[in-house]
Amino acid sequence: MGSPQVVRVGNNTSARLILNTWPLVCAPAYHLVLEGILILWIIRLLFSKTYKLQERSDLTEKEKEDLIEEWQPEPLVPPMSKDHPSLNYDIVTGPPSHKIIVNGKECINFASFNFLGFLDNERVKQKALTSLRRYGVGTCGPRGFYGTFDVHLELEDRLAKFMKTEEAIIYSYGFATIASAIPAYSKRGDIVFVDEAACFSIQKGLQASRSFIKYFKHNDMEDLERLLKEQEIEDQRNPRKARVTRRFIIVEGLYINTADVCPLPDLVKLKYKYKVRIFLEESMSFGVLGEHGRGVTEHFGVNIDDIDLISANMENAVASIGGFCCGRSFVIDHQRLSGQGYCFSASLPPMLAAAAIEALNIMEEDPEIFAILREKCKHVHKALQESPGVKVIGEAYAPALHLQLERSSGSRDTDVKMLRSIVDYCLERQIALTLARYLDKEERFLPPPSIRVVVTIEQTEEDIEKAASCIREAALAILK
Amino acid sequence: RAKPRVGTFRYMTNGLGLYSRPFIESFEETPMLVAVLTYMGYGILTIFGYLRDFLRDWKIERCHVAREREEQRDFVPLYQDFENFYTRNLYMRIRDSWNRPICSVPGAKVDLVERVSPDYNWTFDYTGKVVEGVINMGSYNYLGFAENTGYCADASAEVTMKYGVGVASTRQEMGNLDRHEEMEELVAKFLGVESAMAFGMGFATNSMNIPALTGKGCLILSDELNHASLVLGARLSGSTIRVFKHNNMQSLEKMLRDAIVHGQPRTHRPWKKILILVEGIYSMEGSIVRLPEVIALKKRYRAYLYLDEAHSIGALGPGGRGVVDYFGLDPRDVDVMMGTFTKSFGAAGGYIGGRKELLEYLRSHSHSAVYAASMSPPVVEQIIASMKCIMGEDGTTLGRDRVQQLAENTLYFRRRLTEMGFIIYGNNDSPVVPMMLYMPAKIGAFGREMLKRNIGVVVVGFPATPIIESRARFCISAAHTKDMLDTALSVISEVGDLLQVKYSRHKRLIYDQIQD
Repeated sequence: MGSPQVVRVGNNTSARLILNTWPLVCAPAYHLVLEGILILWIIRLLFSKTYKLQERSDLTEKEKEDLIEEWQPEPLVPPMSKDHPSLNYDIVTGPPSHKIIVNGKECINFASFNFLGFLDNERVKQKALTSLRRYGVGTCGPRGFYGTFDVHLELEDRLAKFMKTEEAIIYSYGFATIASAIPAYSKRGDIVFVDEAACFSIQKGLQASRSFIKYFKHNDMEDLERLLKEQEIEDQRNPRKARVTRRFIIVEGLYINTADVCPLPDLVKLKYKYKVRIFLEESMSFGVLGEHGRGVTEHFGVNIDDIDLISANMENAVASIGGFCCGRSFVIDHQRLSGQGYCFSASLPPMLAAAAIEALNIMEEDPEIFAILREKCKHVHKALQESPGVKVIGEAYAPALHLQLERSSGSRDTDVKMLRSIVDYCLERQIALTLARYLDKEERFLPPPSIRVVVTIEQTEEDIEKAASCIREAALAILK
Repeated sequence: RAKPRVGTFRYMTNGLGLYSRPFIESFEETPMLVAVLTYMGYGILTIFGYLRDFLRDWKIERCHVAREREEQRDFVPLYQDFENFYTRNLYMRIRDSWNRPICSVPGAKVDLVERVSPDYNWTFDYTGKVVEGVINMGSYNYLGFAENTGYCADASAEVTMKYGVGVASTRQEMGNLDRHEEMEELVAKFLGVESAMAFGMGFATNSMNIPALTGKGCLILSDELNHASLVLGARLSGSTIRVFKHNNMQSLEKMLRDAIVHGQPRTHRPWKKILILVEGIYSMEGSIVRLPEVIALKKRYRAYLYLDEAHSIGALGPGGRGVVDYFGLDPRDVDVMMGTFTKSFGAAGGYIGGRKELLEYLRSHSHSAVYAASMSPPVVEQIIASMKCIMGEDGTTLGRDRVQQLAENTLYFRRRLTEMGFIIYGNNDSPVVPMMLYMPAKIGAFGREMLKRNIGVVVVGFPATPIIESRARFCISAAHTKDMLDTALSVISEVGDLLQVKYSRHKRLIYDQIQD
C-alpha cells in the first residue's frame, strides 16, 4: 500500500505510534488473524493455573488436616515372637579358637571359618600387638584423608605379590568388598550373568548396580551358554547399543551355599568366545585351594590375568577382618575413586592389617598346610557320609560343608527345628556346630536349611571321629 | 548430588521457641567475582584437558593411563572415555593432596611418609624419609582417643593377646562373643536408649539396616546432603525417596504434608510409613541438624526419625552424648539413633540404638547379623574403654575434660578464622570447620603450602562438593593444645594471604544471638 508518508512531527510519541503501526494495518489479513490468536493464547496460558501432577487442587485445607489427622503409619518394626529362632544367639565366652566355650560349655570348634588356624596363632597376635603399640586401634579417617597407613600399602603390595597380580586394594569389611566392587564397574544398562547360588553380598552389589541381572542354573555351563547366545542375538538386532553395553559373569570359587567349585576353565573359554568379563569371588577358596593357597585359579591352572577381578574376604582363612580385590591395575585402580566402601568409609585398623600380613607370611613360608587341610577335609567328608537321615553337600576338598536332611518334612520351619535339635544335641556333647543362617525373605534363591560343618587344620583325628559319631547319634535319636 | 544453591548469609532464628540455646549458623554467599573466576578456571582446565587427551591419542605425549590387555582389545570398553575425563585431567594434577600415607598414631601430631612424583603425580616414589610432627587437622579424632598408650590401648592390648584378632564367623552363627553383648549394653547406657547393637563398619551399618526397616510402599525423606551410605541404604531398601532442602524445615514440612495428603504416586494409597533421614553434623558443611524442629515435625506427622550421628557422637553436648544431648532433648524421641565408633572413640564400626522391639527385629533381620563377620575383639575393647572414659566410669575426669576441651577449641578456632577474614561454613559449635577456597588451583596450592609449613589439612573438591565450592576442611580435636592451634592459625593466615583466600566481606563480625 506504499510507504508511510514522511511527516515531520518532532518528538510526539503518539504520532510516532501511529507511524509505527502503519505497517501493521497494511499487513495481509491472515497474518494479523494468526498473530492475534497467538497473542490471545499466550495471555490465556499466562493466566491459567499451573498443572502439577501431584496436587489435587480440589482439597480444602480442612480436608487436608483431616487426612493428616487420620493417617496411621505401620509400626516401625513388626512385632517379633519371643521364640523366633534367630533371636537367641549362642554366646561364646573367651576366644573363638579350636576349643571354644559356647553357652558355658567347652566344645571343639566345628563352626568358625578358621580354616588355617590363624585365630589363635601366637605370631599373628604378637604382630597385631606390635602394631597396636605403634598405631593405636582406629584409623580416624577414610583412605583419602590421612587414613592410609604404610601397613595398608604393605598389605596391598603383599597381596598383589602373593596372588601374582599387578595390584590389590583392601576394604575394611568383608561383606562390603564385592558389594562395592560390582557397582563400580557395572552400571545401569549393563548385563551381568550370575550363578543362582551366589552369596548375599554379591546380590546386594548387583542390586546397588542397577544392571540387568540374568541368573543361570548353578554350575550349569549349558544354561549360561544359552543365555549368552540369546544375548548375542539381541546384540545383532541393536549393534549400537551392544557396543556400549558391558557384560560380566560373576561366580564364586568355592560357593558358600553349596560348597562346590565353579568350572573355571569352561568359564574362561566362554569369556573369550562371547567377550564377557569374569569377576571371581574367592572368599571361601582363598587360602584353601591350590598348591600355594592362591585359590581356584591355581587349583585349575588358569592364567590369573584371564580373570578380570578377584575379590575375597580376609575373614575366613586369613582370620583377620576386611577384604581385598586384586587384578590388573587397569581394573583395580578404578575402585580407588569409585568403590563406595573404599572412598566413603574409614580404613582398616592397622593392627588387623598387620595380622593379615603375618598370616600371609606364614602361608608363604609353609605351603604344606594347604595339603594338610585338604587331607582333613577329605577325612571329614568321608566320616560324615555314614550319618543316616542327613546328607553331606559339598566337594571332598571343601572346608565348609553343609549337612542337609535327606528327606524334608515339607515345612521349612520343622526342618530348621529338627536341625537345631541336632545342633543342640552336639553342643551338649561338646561339639560346636551351627545352623547355616539366611535371611529367608531377602534371598533370591533360598538354599534348603542345613548345618554348617567347618574343617580346620587344628582338628585331630580323634576330634573328627568324635564329631562324626556325635552327629550319627544325633541323627538317629532325632530323625527317627 | 547437584546442589544448585549459592550460600546465603543469614542469622539463624530460634524457630517456634523450641531451642534452649542459640543456634548460630552461617553460609556466606559466594562473591560474584570469585564465582566467575572459578568457572573460568574450570573452563581453562577443561580446554587443557582436551588438548592433553588429543596429544595422548596422537602419541605426542607419553601416556601413563593404564590400558586394557591386548587379548581383550575387542571387548566392550570397561570405562567410557569421558567418565574418566575429570580423573585424568583435573584430579591427577593435584592428586598428591589426598591419600597421604602416615606412619604413626593419627593423633594431634602425625608423621607422614614422604613421597615425590617424578612424572606429575602419575606415580609416586617413597624417598624413605618421614616428615615428623605434622600438626594433624585432617583426622576425625575429636576426643583424642587415637593413642597407642594409656588405659584404652592397654585394655585392647590385653584382649589382643587373650582373644586374638579375628572372629571368623557371623553374629548369628558362632561369632557372638560375650564382649560384644557387654559393649552393646554399654552403648545403650551411653546413649540413654533401651538397647543397642554394633556392626563392624559404619558405612555398612547404614547400607544394611535401612533396607531392613523400610521397603516398598514406604517413603524416605532424606536431606539433600546426606552421606553416600545413607543414600545407598535408602536406594537398596526399594522405598520411594524424596529429597528435602538441606536443613530446611519448611521444605520438610511441606513434603510431609504432601506425602500424607496425597499418598503414594498414582494409586494414592496411604504410605505404610515415613522415615526421615538426617545427620547430626554434616561433615562437608559443618552444619548441625535442627533437631528440635525435626522432632516436633516428626511427632506432629507421625513419621519416624533416623539420626546418623557419625560425626556428632562424642563431639557435641556437655556430656559428649551427641546432638540429642547438645539440644537437651529426650533420646527416646529419636526412633533410630545410629552412629559410628571411628570418629570420637578411636575404634571402627557403627551402632544402632533405640527401643527394645527395634533392636530385637534388627538382631534377627539385619543383613549384617546374618552374613557379615562380627567385630574384632580388640576393637570392641577399645570402644568399651573409651566409652567408660567419656562417661567417667573409669574413675577419672579425663572424658569430661576432653569434651570440654573440644568445645573450647572449636569456639576459639572458628572465632579466630572468622576474624582473619576467611569464609567459614557451618554452625558455631561444630568441630568440623569448612573453609572456602573456590578456585580449583587453590585446592592443590593450599594443601601443598600447608604441608610445606608442617600442617596437614584436608582439601575437598568436586564431586564431594558442588563444582565451584571447593573447600579445605579442618577437624578440631581435643588433643590439640592451644599452642598447636595458634601455630596452625598463624600458618593458615600466612598461606591465606599468599593465596588470597580471605574472601569474607564481613570481617570482625558480631553475630546476632536470638535467645529463647
